[in-house]
Amino acid sequence: MSATNSASSRALRFTLFPRLSGAAVVGILIAILLMAFLVLPVAQVIYVAFLDARSGTLTLQNFQDFFNTTLFQQSFINSFYVSAMSVVVATIIALPLAYITTRFNFAGTALIQSLGFIPLIMPPFVGAVAMSLLFGRNGTVNLLLNQYFGFRIPFMEGLNGVILVQSIHYFPFILINLSAALRNIDRSMEEAAQNLGASGLRLFRRIVFPLAMPGYLAGAALVFIKVFDDLGTPLLLNVNTMLAPQAYLRITGVGINDPMGYVISFILVAFSVFSLWASFLFMRGKDYATTQKGGGGLSKRQLSRREKILAYLVIFLILALVLSPHFGLVLLAFGTIWSFSPLPDGFTLQHFQTVFTESTQYIYNTLLYAGSAAVLDVLIGSAIAYIVIRTGLPGRKWLDYMATAALAVPGVVLGIGYLRMFHGIQLPFGMGPMASWWGIIIIALMIRRLPYALRSCMAALQQLSLALEEAAENLGASKSRTIRRIVVPLMAGGILAGFVTSFATAAVELSATIMLVSRASEAPLAYGIYLYMQSPAGRGAGAALGILAVVIVALGTYLSHRIIERERDRTVIPASGQ
Amino acid sequence: MRKLLLGTALSLITLSAASADVVTVVTSFPQDLTGPFKAAFEEAYPEHQLEVVNRNTNAAVAFLQETQGSNTTDIFWASAPDAFEVLKSQNLLAKVDIAAEGIPDSIGSYPINDPDGFYYGFAASGYGIMYNTRYVDANELPIAQEWEDLMGAEYNGHVAMSSPSRSGTTHLTVETLLQGDGWEDGWAKWKWISGNMNTVTERSFGVPDAVNSGSAGFGIVIDFFGLASKASGFPVELVYPSVTAIVPANIGIVENAPSPAGAKDFVEFVLSPQGQEVLLNPAIMRLPVNPEAYANAPEGFPNPFDEDFAPGAIIFDVDKSGARYNLVNSLFDVMITYRLDELRQAVSAVQRAEAAHADSSNEEAHALIAEARALIEALPITEEQSLDPAYADVFQVARKSADTEVVGRQAEVEQEWDSFTVDNYRRARELAEQAASL
Repeated sequence: MSATNSASSRALRFTLFPRLSGAAVVGILIAILLMAFLVLPVAQVIYVAFLDARSGTLTLQNFQDFFNTTLFQQSFINSFYVSAMSVVVATIIALPLAYITTRFNFAGTALIQSLGFIPLIMPPFVGAVAMSLLFGRNGTVNLLLNQYFGFRIPFMEGLNGVILVQSIHYFPFILINLSAALRNIDRSMEEAAQNLGASGLRLFRRIVFPLAMPGYLAGAALVFIKVFDDLGTPLLLNVNTMLAPQAYLRITGVGINDPMGYVISFILVAFSVFSLWASFLFMRGKDYATTQKGGGGLSKRQLSRREKILAYLVIFLILALVLSPHFGLVLLAFGTIWSFSPLPDGFTLQHFQTVFTESTQYIYNTLLYAGSAAVLDVLIGSAIAYIVIRTGLPGRKWLDYMATAALAVPGVVLGIGYLRMFHGIQLPFGMGPMASWWGIIIIALMIRRLPYALRSCMAALQQLSLALEEAAENLGASKSRTIRRIVVPLMAGGILAGFVTSFATAAVELSATIMLVSRASEAPLAYGIYLYMQSPAGRGAGAALGILAVVIVALGTYLSHRIIERERDRTVIPASGQ
Repeated sequence: MRKLLLGTALSLITLSAASADVVTVVTSFPQDLTGPFKAAFEEAYPEHQLEVVNRNTNAAVAFLQETQGSNTTDIFWASAPDAFEVLKSQNLLAKVDIAAEGIPDSIGSYPINDPDGFYYGFAASGYGIMYNTRYVDANELPIAQEWEDLMGAEYNGHVAMSSPSRSGTTHLTVETLLQGDGWEDGWAKWKWISGNMNTVTERSFGVPDAVNSGSAGFGIVIDFFGLASKASGFPVELVYPSVTAIVPANIGIVENAPSPAGAKDFVEFVLSPQGQEVLLNPAIMRLPVNPEAYANAPEGFPNPFDEDFAPGAIIFDVDKSGARYNLVNSLFDVMITYRLDELRQAVSAVQRAEAAHADSSNEEAHALIAEARALIEALPITEEQSLDPAYADVFQVARKSADTEVVGRQAEVEQEWDSFTVDNYRRARELAEQAASL
C-alpha cells in the first residue's frame, strides 16, 4: 500500500517541489515509514535501557552494569563465537551446492536450489520437536547408535549444538545470494582468465569467488547477524548464556522490569549495525560491477560421468543433512505416537484431516500476510538499494542501517512497541484500534523481513555496472525509464531471491505476530501451530500445519526458480547467436 | 494488491456480521480447554458469543498492560496466580461480585479465590513428577515418588523442569519446597535435583514435550500436562509427591470491560456445577474446585479434597511467597538456570567421588566430599535477607516509591551472586575430583 502511495505521491510532488529529485522523495518517504514503524515503536520500548530503574532519570549506569557483569561478558563471547562458527559451517554447506548448480550443466538445478532453500522455513515449536526426536539425546540417530554401537553423539548439546542447528537453518542465506551472484558474473572475465592459463581451483579462487563476493558477503553478513540476534534456536536447545536469549528472558518475565533486557537489546541492535558497517568497509574501494549482462553468467561445463556421480553424491549428502529436520517433521505429521523410539509407533492421516477441517483460514491468512509483506519488502528494498548505491543523497546509508537494524530487534519488542504506539489510534469504518487490525501484522512482517530483501537487492545492484544505465540515458531514456527497463530487469534475480527469502521466513514468523493477533480468524499459520502445540494432543496436528507451511513456501520457491531459468533461457539464446 | 483489496473487503464483511454480544477472552489455555467451554457456554447463554484469543501468559499480560487505554478485552483466563497479582496491582482487573455456590475457601492450604475479590480460582492443579515409561524401562531406572528421590545419582541427566521465572506454577513448587524444608535445605534440594537435570526449559510446556518425546525421563510438571499427555496416548505416567503445591487456575474480569454483563455471565458459568463438569473432559483433565463435581469423575481421577491426597502438604504462606517472589526467581536463575553447566559438573563430580568412596573409610576423601557438598549448597543470602524489603525491592517492578532504601541495582546484586556461585561450583568440583582420585 505504502508502495503505491509513494509512487503516486512521487508523481504529485515531483511537480510541486521540482527541486527534490524523485529518488529523494522516495528516500524521505521510506525514512518516514521506517521511523514510524520501526525506530519510534522500538525506541518507546528500549528507552528503558537509559533510565535509572528507581528514580526514572536518564543514566548510563545500566550500560556500565552490563560491562561489569561476568554473565553478560561470557554471553557476548559465546554469541560472537557461535555466529562466526555458524558462518564458517554454513559456507561449507552452501558453497558446493551453489557452485555445482551454477557452474555445471546439471539436471535438476531448480529442484536442488529449491530443496536447499527449505531449511530456512522451520516452523516454530514443531521444528524443534522434530529436531530433538531425530538428533536429541534419545533421538532416532542416537537411539540406533546406542543400540548397535553403544555410544551417543551430542549433536544438540551446548554451543556446538547451537552452531550445528543455526548453520543448517541459515545456510540458505548464503546459498541463495551466492548463487544469484555466480549467475551474474561476466563470462568474459572467466574466459580471459582461462586464456591466461588459469583453471580449476585457481580460477575459482582468484576470479570466480572474488567476483561473487558481494553475494557471498550479503549472505554471510545475514547469517552472522541473524545468528547473533536469533533467540529461537538457543532457547530450544536451552542454551541461556548467549545475548539474545538473555535479553528475551529478561524482557518477558511476568512483572519483572529488569532494564538489562533492554540494554542487551540495544547492544544487539548496535552490534548488528556495526557488523554491517564492517562488511561495508571490507567492500569499499572494490568494484564488482561487470558490464555484460544477460550472457548467462559463467559458462556451464559438462561433467564427465565420474565427476557427475561425485557431484550428485556430494549434493545428496548435503541435502540429506540439511533436510533431515523436515524429514522428522514429516514423520511427526504422519505418525501416531512417537516417544523414545527410532520411528513413530504407527502412521495416520488423522492430523491432516484435523488441520483441514479446523484450520484452513490460517493458510489463506499466511499467503495474504507473508505475500503482501514480501512484495512490499522487495519494493522498499530495491528502492533503498538504488538510493544507497546510485545516488549521492546525504544520509542515504542510514536508510540501510535503519532497515537492517530490524534484524536485531526481538519480535516481542517490536510487538510491544506497536501496541504502545498504535493501540490508541482508532481506524475509520469501525475497524477498531490500529494495533488489532490485521494490516498491522503485514506491516510488522514487512519490517522484520525487510533486511533479507534489502541485502539481496543490494548485492544484485552492486554487480550491475553504471555504464549500462549511462548508455540507456545517453540513448535518451529518462531516469525512471532506465530504472524500469534496465536496472530492474537486470536485478531480477536478486529481487526474486529477496522476495523468496522474505516470504518464506515471514510465513513462519511468530514472536511479533503473537502480540498482534487479535482474533483466531485473522491469525497466520505460525499462530495456528502455536495453538496446537499448547497441548500434547496437538503435536501431530501442529506438525501437519508446519508441513503445509513448508510445502506452500517450497512450491513458491520452485516456481520462482523456474521463472529465473526461463528468463535466462530466453535471453541466452540470442546472446549466443551473436 | 488485488488480494489485499479482497482481504479488506472480506474482513469488513466478517466484522459487520459479528455484531452480536461478543465476550472477548484472552487466555493462555489451549484450544482443548477453551473449545468445550465455548461450546457449553454459548449453548447455556445463546445471547452471548465467546471470542477466544490465545496468547502465552507473558504476552497476554503485556497485551493487557499496553492496551489499558482503550481496552478491548473482557476476561483474562490463565493458570499462573502471579500474572493475576501483577494485573491486580496495576489496576487492570475489575472487582465484580460473582454468584457461585458450593466452592470452599481454600484447597489444601492455598486460598482458591483472591481475598480481595479481583479474580477467582476455577480449577485446581497439583504439581507432580511425570515420567516416560519407555525411557524408564530402557534405562532401568527406579520410579521417583518424592522430590528427594530425584536428587539421587542414578537420575543424573534424566530430569527436566522449567525455570520458575518462566512459569508461575513452577515458582510455586520451588517456593513450596523452600517453605516446607526451610530456606537452606530447600535450596540444597533444588540444587541437587537441578544437578541431575538435562535441561531447564524456557516454556513450561517444554517439560511435557521433553518427557513425551523421550529426551528426558522425568519431568517436574503441573499435573494436567501429565494427565492430558497420558490421555493422548503417550507412554507416560504421573505421580504426586506427598509434598505438593495445589494451585488454582484463575479467571478474572478486566477493568473497564467492553461487555461487562457477558463477562460476569461467563465467570459465573465457569464456576457453576455445569461449567465445573467440563473440566473432567479427558483432553482437559483439571481438578474442579467444586467438590460436588467429583461425583461424576471417572475412576482414579485425583481428588484434592480427599484426605489421602498429598498428606504432607504444608501450610503455604502466601505473604512470604509474595514478599520475595521476584527475588526467588532471580536467585534460581542465577544459581541454576544460567549456571546449569557449572552446577552439573560440580554435582557429577561429587556423585563420582561418592561412588568411588561409597565403601571406603578414607576420612580425608569424605571430608573433601563434605566440603564440596557444602560449597554447592552455599547460598549468597539468608532467609532473613530474602524477606528484607531492602533486598526484595531490588527486584520489584520499578519506580513506585522511593521509601525503602535498597542495597543496589538488580544487575549489581546478580553479579555478586553469580561470582559467589560460580566460584563455589568450581571449587566444589576441584575438591570432589581431588577426593575421587584419593
